[in-house]
Amino acid sequence: MKIAIPVDNNSMDSSVCISFGRAPYFLLYDTETEGSSFLDNSAATSQGGAGIKAAQNIVDSGAEAIITPRCGENAAEVLKATEIKLYKNINNSIWDNIEALKEGKLNLLDDIHPGFHRHGGN
Amino acid sequence: MKIAVLSGKGGTGKTLVSVNLAAAAEAAVYIDCDVEEPNGHLFLKPQDIKNEGVAVKLPHADPKLCTGCRTCVDFCKFNALAYIKDRLIVFSEVCHSCGGCLLFCPQKAISEKEREIGLIQSGISGNVRVVSGMMNIGEASGVPVIKKLLRDSRKENKDVFIDCPPGSACMVMESIKDADYCLLVAEPTIFGVHNLEMVYELVRLFQKPFGVVLNKCLEEENPAEDFCLQNQITILGKIPFDLKLGTMNSNGQIASRKHPKYKDLFLNLLETVRKEARHETASDT
Ligand code: SF4
Ligand code: SF4
Repeated sequence: MKIAIPVDNNSMDSSVCISFGRAPYFLLYDTETEGSSFLDNSAATSQGGAGIKAAQNIVDSGAEAIITPRCGENAAEVLKATEIKLYKNINNSIWDNIEALKEGKLNLLDDIHPGFHRHGGN
Repeated sequence: MKIAVLSGKGGTGKTLVSVNLAAAAEAAVYIDCDVEEPNGHLFLKPQDIKNEGVAVKLPHADPKLCTGCRTCVDFCKFNALAYIKDRLIVFSEVCHSCGGCLLFCPQKAISEKEREIGLIQSGISGNVRVVSGMMNIGEASGVPVIKKLLRDSRKENKDVFIDCPPGSACMVMESIKDADYCLLVAEPTIFGVHNLEMVYELVRLFQKPFGVVLNKCLEEENPAEDFCLQNQITILGKIPFDLKLGTMNSNGQIASRKHPKYKDLFLNLLETVRKEARHETASDT
């Protein structure tokens, strides 16, 4: 299974990023081949709708699950249209979370926050 | 002349000042741009109400024509579009109705649909034409409603009083864009100074001529007044803190219509504003 995790740096000893849409990178990890790669999150610097774009990038990467501390409403809306499962991380360690997922110990993320698009404007 | 009335937060007396100035003027237009919570009409109680919807355009892709090329998704700088599972998803609250995706779609698959986001209500209250904008609950931004309010008022040749939303964010910026003069309402507390500073920064950024009205004044120390003196900000007038005014205001009455004393107070304020505004425009050229 291919999983995606928002991370602070593009290395396996990076910690899980507290933001989803604004994470600088996404780790893509394949639990079967144990191969990993890092996806530049082009949404990180966008003015608005970062979660939407980040979610689009992850869907395009072919990930089947996401492990993240949180997820905005809009991103959740994008992901809802797919079969991707959203899991809540247990701590900041990439490896701990991958292990926990393999052992089926991660909970589904139910804390979807309403986003910060109030300062939008036309 | 267009006068925008501003304050850093709600409850400072912005609506009190704008409705009373409008009522004191000979013929005026009052525009309530506080579209999240318009309350000027509660004081002016306009008659012959007319309602008009405000709609924005939302893109809609025809799935039969769309090839999934994602030109539109990449184009939209607001990230209002996603292409998931052979379908284009539009995030209506994120979309700014710029029409760009429509133009750039190579398949001409996108058309526009109207979506109503609010209402403009207008009526007459004696010498004042009252126009209020009301945005629908759940909308992210009232800017399109404010834009329409002010666009419609451009043809007015009477004095226009714009009751702005509180704060200094984009809805306020939109409300003062067209104004000839900005009137900042401040409370005589430390907290009031903080709120005043917010709008003070804003009007300076927009390079608008402005002055301050000190509201709820007592015979004691007034930090807002000190702030104005320190920064050489014109004080246009002081509104006393008195029980009678407070009672009239909380009963939804307009003091300048009820009592000659208050009519004089607001007429004087209006004259000062006019003089200041003329002076400012003259020194600009
Ligand atoms: S109209 Fe503009 S803002 Fe709205 S989806 Fe199209 S490109 Fe994006
Ligand atoms: S640009 Fe047109 S054809 Fe391409 S994905 Fe968007 S709607 Fe579909």
